[in-house]
Amino acid sequence: MLAAILVMALGAIVLGAALGYAAVRFRVEGDPLVEKIDAILPQTQCGQCGFPGCKPYAQAIAKGEAEINQCPPGGDEGIHKLADLLGREFKPLSAEHGVEKPKSVAVIDEQVCIGCTLCIQACPVDAIIGAAKQMHTIVARQCTGCELCLPPCPVNCISMQPIGESVENWKWKYPVFKIAPARREAA
Amino acid sequence: MTSYLFIILGAVLVNNVVFVRILGLCPFMGVSKKLETAMGMGAATTFVLTMACGASYVIDHWMLIPNQVEYLRTLSFIVTIAAIVQITELVIQKTSPLLHQVLGIYLPLITTNCAVLGIPLLNVSLRHNFLESLLFGFGSAVGFTLALILFAGIRERLEAADIPIHFRGTAIAMITAGLMSLAFMGFAGLDKYK
Amino acid sequence: MSALQRLFNFNGGVKPAYNKEASIGLPIAVPPTPTLLVIPLHQSIGGMPRPLVKAGERVLKGQRIGGADGNVSSAVHASTSGTVVAVEMRLMPHTSGLTALCVVIEPDGRDEWIPRQPFDFRSATPTQSRDYLRDAGVVGLGGAVFPTYLKLNPGKHGRLDTLVLNGAECEPFITCDDMLMRERAETVLKGAVIMREMLGAGQVLVGIEDNKPEAIAAMEVAAQAANAAAGDAAIKIVAVPTRYPAGGAKQLIRVLTGIEVPHGKRSTDYGVQCFNVGTAYAVYEAITLGQPLISRIVTIAGNVGRARNYEVLFGTPMRDLVALCDPLPDSDRVIMGGPMMGLRMPNDSVPVVKAANCILVGSRKLFPPPPPEMPCIRCGECAKVCPSDLQPFEMYWFSRARIFGKTQEYHLFDCIECGCCAYVCPSHIPLVDYYRFAKSEIWAHESEKEAADVARQRYEFRLLREEREKQEKAAKLAAKTAAGRERAAAALADADKPAVTPEQDAKKALIAAALELARTQKAQVQPENISNLTPEQQAEIDAIEARRAEIREMAKPHVRQND
Repeated sequence: MLAAILVMALGAIVLGAALGYAAVRFRVEGDPLVEKIDAILPQTQCGQCGFPGCKPYAQAIAKGEAEINQCPPGGDEGIHKLADLLGREFKPLSAEHGVEKPKSVAVIDEQVCIGCTLCIQACPVDAIIGAAKQMHTIVARQCTGCELCLPPCPVNCISMQPIGESVENWKWKYPVFKIAPARREAA
Repeated sequence: MTSYLFIILGAVLVNNVVFVRILGLCPFMGVSKKLETAMGMGAATTFVLTMACGASYVIDHWMLIPNQVEYLRTLSFIVTIAAIVQITELVIQKTSPLLHQVLGIYLPLITTNCAVLGIPLLNVSLRHNFLESLLFGFGSAVGFTLALILFAGIRERLEAADIPIHFRGTAIAMITAGLMSLAFMGFAGLDKYK
Repeated sequence: MSALQRLFNFNGGVKPAYNKEASIGLPIAVPPTPTLLVIPLHQSIGGMPRPLVKAGERVLKGQRIGGADGNVSSAVHASTSGTVVAVEMRLMPHTSGLTALCVVIEPDGRDEWIPRQPFDFRSATPTQSRDYLRDAGVVGLGGAVFPTYLKLNPGKHGRLDTLVLNGAECEPFITCDDMLMRERAETVLKGAVIMREMLGAGQVLVGIEDNKPEAIAAMEVAAQAANAAAGDAAIKIVAVPTRYPAGGAKQLIRVLTGIEVPHGKRSTDYGVQCFNVGTAYAVYEAITLGQPLISRIVTIAGNVGRARNYEVLFGTPMRDLVALCDPLPDSDRVIMGGPMMGLRMPNDSVPVVKAANCILVGSRKLFPPPPPEMPCIRCGECAKVCPSDLQPFEMYWFSRARIFGKTQEYHLFDCIECGCCAYVCPSHIPLVDYYRFAKSEIWAHESEKEAADVARQRYEFRLLREEREKQEKAAKLAAKTAAGRERAAAALADADKPAVTPEQDAKKALIAAALELARTQKAQVQPENISNLTPEQQAEIDAIEARRAEIREMAKPHVRQND
């Protein structure tokens, strides 16, 4: 009995010491996982996940503080990728964080804009150009469609317009075949 | 010399740890979705299993048997293996970030891998000496890697296949594993040539 | 000459029915000028040219109406003189059936050219020559419409060994290059000589499939004359075995020179560059005659009574050309290009563009609908015929399951979409449709990723900027506070108030000053346009104010959530 306790205690002490030493000696700073998660997120910076941007959300996922299904712009595809990366189960998009919408850009109705600069301050990617009491406009190419500029606008002059299909961004469709009923050969 | 060869051959093919001994099934099903991850897992397991066999032999013969506390074998092996895995992870993380990226996330999985505990225990019951223990551990790990890579290759193609909806995912993977297990039965008796 | 040339081979390929005889009976004709030309601005690979004309403007034949935009782009010109009716969205000759910006010109019938001057490329720098060709709108006329000026670059060595002229024209039904070589062999070779000089190429190999004996004969005669004039034997006409797709650039280069251009490399890295014969003709016209690319030779064939080649102005509706060729009554579709690689047009009103080498009229009888797709049996026929040495069944397998990463591992982007695999598939799988689907999905994905990277950078920069501004503001405030304290201290010295400590007093003075400042600022901020309001305007403003309050109310829970 005593021998057993001693043997186990000895083993525990040796292994514990080795582990403790290794933890100090081979300490590593930084977390590459956050970068990987951030690379999957769509960078809309919309805050719909409940975090102030994509990077903070990535950090929260890496720490295990957030679910992977809180990003509506990323959609199901994004959740699948996160699930693959993190080895978690796929979950459908959580409804409280929003729904997946077609990709859109914000457009300012320049007739109505009063030049209050509130939207400029709200835009996370600095895609709105303008100055106080000057008309504002949105650089469509840089707009992520995050909708953060909609609530601050005092005159409701910003609207979201879905990006339409053009010859440039048109995609070949998945080949689909109509199944026609078989015709009986005339005798 | 030939007996060593037979130990390795037997561990890789005839008594394949996954398909014949049915050990280590959690990582086998869990990390066989992609070929790269399967290779990473295989490499990590090979390293850890060989180490674990050596260490457990030392523990068994220098600590447990002299003190007549063989009944603590399972307990002490588990602790040893867990510690080896953890130290290995820390060392790799520091010394080779690249290798850690490949193996890193699999190492903790190995801690609770029944193959890694099972093989050292088998070593004891088969009365292997130190070298034989190492070879048996290494051979089993190679067999595990082989099984994992073969299975991952099949699963990568299965992912693109038209599978009836109720069979998709783990179900078809289980069926595939069963069929592969049957195929490995064909090696039976190969190591009995002596 | 051709007998001396050692020929090589490419793997795979098929031999479909060629159906070329119908359209080689009659010489190239010029169709009547249509009543309305619709010239799409985007006719080549690369950036969409920006419009240079407005509705109502008069344009001359050859006037630039679209300026090249970006590094990869090519100009577009008015095909005849007339008036710009509109610059608007019109149906494009594109499978999607979508519209894009087009310049609509009503011809005045005078066909009045811009002043044309030859371009002296010998005294110009290579960059000037290339810019000239870009602004002349010269693009590859084999069907890929890649801007020619980008390809007329000899690469890092400054010179090339071989200039390959592609007259193989392997696709069934199409005979526009054949007729061009028969009728204008001399001009084609003059263009080739110009290209050879610009590239510093040693020899010119003209590859022509051996099912075009007349074209080969005509080119031989022209080549002998050209070689005699130059005093060397640089131009060689080579008959290549007839096998589809011998006219693919990589395939023809391989047949003529034995060089196999590997994945991710350019042919210029191996001292070879390849141009279509039509492109050589266009280069001659642009450089020697000063005429930009405004027309091309188009084969009209298929389900028509009188198939023929026409020299067509860009912007001519396909319908007009088809009408000239007596289409059979059961015609139901128009295909741009050949039966193997051609694209079905949304309807026959779309205009002829630079890419249109052939207008193929189809019917259910001529091109019966494909039998239903059957499962892949992995017979490997597709891999045997693939001229790019790919494994089509693997690419199909993963494209179909939308596992695009794997398709790229099997080098999907080396696929030239020649259609050989689909042609031989015993299960009638439209393989090329799957590849096109996968390619466009991957492209879309990549552009999304690029956009995300830009957004990330801009977001991170914004955070940085905000932080910097905060620090600057803090520094400014600190300076201001110091100044304010001094002022307050001075005031304190004037008005003797022993009850409060100087410290408190300074603070009070500061607050008062700040309040005063805020008041004046507020007064200034009053928008100027709210004086002299009509009651309606006032009502509107009130409504907006109410809405604003409502929004604030609505925004509140949102703010809380963010906290």
